[in-house]
Amino acid sequence: MSAPTGEDTKNISHLAPSNRENSDQGETERKNVGGNDLTFENPDKTYLDSNELIINMGPQHPATHGVLRVILKLDGEKVLGTECVIGYLHRGVEKIAENRTYTMFNPYVDRMDYVAAVSNGLGYCEAVEKLLNVEATPRAKYIRVILTELNRIASHQLWLGTHALDIGAMTPLFYTFRDREEILKIFEKYCGARLTTHAFRIGGCQYETYAGFEKEVKNFLTFVAPKIDEYETLLTTNRIWMERTKNVGVISAADAIALGVTGPVLRASGVKWDLRKAQPYAAYSEFDFEIPVGTNGDTYDRYLVRMAEMRQSLRIIEQAVNSIPEGPIMAKVPKVIKPPVGEIYHSIESPKGELGYFIVSDGSTQPYRLRVRPPSFVNLQALDIMVRGLLVADVVAVIGTIDIVLGEVDR
Amino acid sequence: MPNMIAIWMPNFIMSYLGSTVTPGEAGSQFWALIYVLIIFAGVSVAVMSMNWLERKALAHFQIRLGPMRVGPHGLLQPIADALKLMLKEDIIPSEADQFVFWVAPLIGLLAAFTVYTVIPFGPSQAVSDMNIGILFMLGVSSLGVLGVVVAGWASNSHYPLIGALRSSAQMVSYEVAMGLAVVSAILMTSLNEKGTGTLSMIGIVRAQEQQGIWFIFKFFPLGLIAFIVFAIAMIAETNRAPFDMAEAESELTAGYHTEYSGLRWSLFMLAEYAAMIAVSSIAVTLWLGGWMRPFVRLLHGPSWDFIFSLFPGLTFLGLAAIAFVGVLRMPAHSFFKIQKIGLEAFGGLLGFIALMLLVIAIAGRSQDPSIGSRLNESIGYIYWFLLKVAVFMYLFIWYRATWPRYRFDQLMRVGWKVLLPISLAVLIVTAIVGVLVA
Repeated sequence: MSAPTGEDTKNISHLAPSNRENSDQGETERKNVGGNDLTFENPDKTYLDSNELIINMGPQHPATHGVLRVILKLDGEKVLGTECVIGYLHRGVEKIAENRTYTMFNPYVDRMDYVAAVSNGLGYCEAVEKLLNVEATPRAKYIRVILTELNRIASHQLWLGTHALDIGAMTPLFYTFRDREEILKIFEKYCGARLTTHAFRIGGCQYETYAGFEKEVKNFLTFVAPKIDEYETLLTTNRIWMERTKNVGVISAADAIALGVTGPVLRASGVKWDLRKAQPYAAYSEFDFEIPVGTNGDTYDRYLVRMAEMRQSLRIIEQAVNSIPEGPIMAKVPKVIKPPVGEIYHSIESPKGELGYFIVSDGSTQPYRLRVRPPSFVNLQALDIMVRGLLVADVVAVIGTIDIVLGEVDR
Repeated sequence: MPNMIAIWMPNFIMSYLGSTVTPGEAGSQFWALIYVLIIFAGVSVAVMSMNWLERKALAHFQIRLGPMRVGPHGLLQPIADALKLMLKEDIIPSEADQFVFWVAPLIGLLAAFTVYTVIPFGPSQAVSDMNIGILFMLGVSSLGVLGVVVAGWASNSHYPLIGALRSSAQMVSYEVAMGLAVVSAILMTSLNEKGTGTLSMIGIVRAQEQQGIWFIFKFFPLGLIAFIVFAIAMIAETNRAPFDMAEAESELTAGYHTEYSGLRWSLFMLAEYAAMIAVSSIAVTLWLGGWMRPFVRLLHGPSWDFIFSLFPGLTFLGLAAIAFVGVLRMPAHSFFKIQKIGLEAFGGLLGFIALMLLVIAIAGRSQDPSIGSRLNESIGYIYWFLLKVAVFMYLFIWYRATWPRYRFDQLMRVGWKVLLPISLAVLIVTAIVGVLVA
């Protein structure tokens, strides 16, 4: 991270609150405000010789998407630094995994990124399958792709609604929720749950598609395509929207890679990295789709990338529904899952980025250790670098654009 | 005794209706007091209905239904809200400056309501015709920000403080552009034989009457640009979306009124809506011909006057029709029985008002100064004025449903770098054109 204050900057004494009255206290070195060392206990003096404002944003705040707590260090409205405090939603998912069998743990992963539960399930099931050295049947893979891509659209719709709401546009939220409802209806019909679906099983899918599944998915495709245009008419060329998002929260490709940022946030910085293409899993190698990338790495590009991704998902779903093979939906998997001793890392492209599962097996029915690489958690690291020097209003916009789900950040 | 009143009352009312000046000008304190009471009650009712309307209209923009449970189509929701707010615990934070915290909502409310003394609902339908009317109005309405700043300061909390500072900065920068836009409208009033303009609100509308054109169309597009500048500045002035950063919900939780609750909070809301109506009234008075009906010049003559005088009655008839359509569309379930009766009664009330207005319009069509014709005229003035204000109210809701919120620095940039030069240029060009024309 850069440190803008140089040697020749005017020295302003860093004073404790008690002797703040004495202006001629001495010419001590000014604290490096732009750097990493944030001391929230003792506010620095700012340019106008007033004190910095330290504001606690969250954990109860309308725009922190859950229980994220951001401590903001402000000079007036300008953000000098941030510190994220997380863990308010910590449930010890990884520890729970060590005390459950592989099958029993499957529903728990849905509770991490509850907005994209299907993706979580897919990642986990594929990781265990890899450990077991079994492969899901082709039909199961297609069903998985359809549901996962539907879930990606749902996740992006929720992101769009809440992100727009943060920036002050109320109406898109309701439009996106109206259309997301159709996806949840398909989920509900398929597996009985709307949000925490537990749609997949290790080795395939438990449920065969219901009668009329293909037709309903196709209906949804024709239904939602104009709706995405509708969101775009409200926002894409809206002057206020563009002013609020362009050149806000810029992160360069190098910084993004260095911080381990993945998903749409990385792609908006111009890095063409999508695990669906880079290391295809499920049936993604069989479909024709593009990876939308941005150029500036700002909030507006991330918005455009996600909007384009929704359209690409529609393309994938259409191809999958049209060419879905017949056959069994479950591979031959032993009743009691006892993977051989070993370890495995498997990652998929969840709507928010690279979702990885690292599983260590000691040959028993329970994982010896399970570690999740959550995209939200890693992407959240970029918040500080994105918002420095911006205004309070931008912090809200940037939190929205990173697209975090606190259930996944805290696990 | 009742007999005396029966004789005296009509004479008294007639004496008022016969006068062509405001009670303030005529020195009639009694009528002025009645006016003040009517306006106070009227604004309170307007704020309540505006509250309902905003929730309903916003809901329909957002494919929701809005309030549906309290009364038919949520008609009683504002009353329920008011009741709830009154019964809520009145919390004053222990660290707050008690007195200032207490007085802040009153400042805003006072400023918002004082403005109404000079708003001309008709040529004689105003509390007073001050010769510095518009100046008074701008001055008092900008006092409203004091309430906001003081509220944010007294709360002794970070978010309200930021909201208050934003609000004051916003007010300062938009007041200038707003003032210049107003001046260009005032310049237009001086285009008469005598070459003297006026600051009186009634005088401004009279000038538009004499020149036979609304100032929005005067020196096209100069009047229009000035009007647009004012229309933008007035949204900023009232802290409404997309300039609502003083109470930006997603950033500052609730801005300056974060620490307020119950009745005190509702006073802020009351002040906000009252201020919205007040600034809309300024815009209507200055550019949209105030109480003048549309097409005064194009469609004149007694028959056109009669047709336009039917509008108030027809409007209420339309509202009644909407209410009865609502009754027809209600589900045939016993749960909706009371709601149905309520909506029917409401529609009946609207229909009755419509009938009365139509009767007055037909009875008062003659030009001779009878009670009927004077009443008819007054209703026409008030109706057209309120209709224009209502359009602005709807626009306020529409903006809120459509646009994201400006960022603070962008808002300042728009104010200083866009609106101020435009309004200044319009002012100068208007002056030049005015001199050339004269």
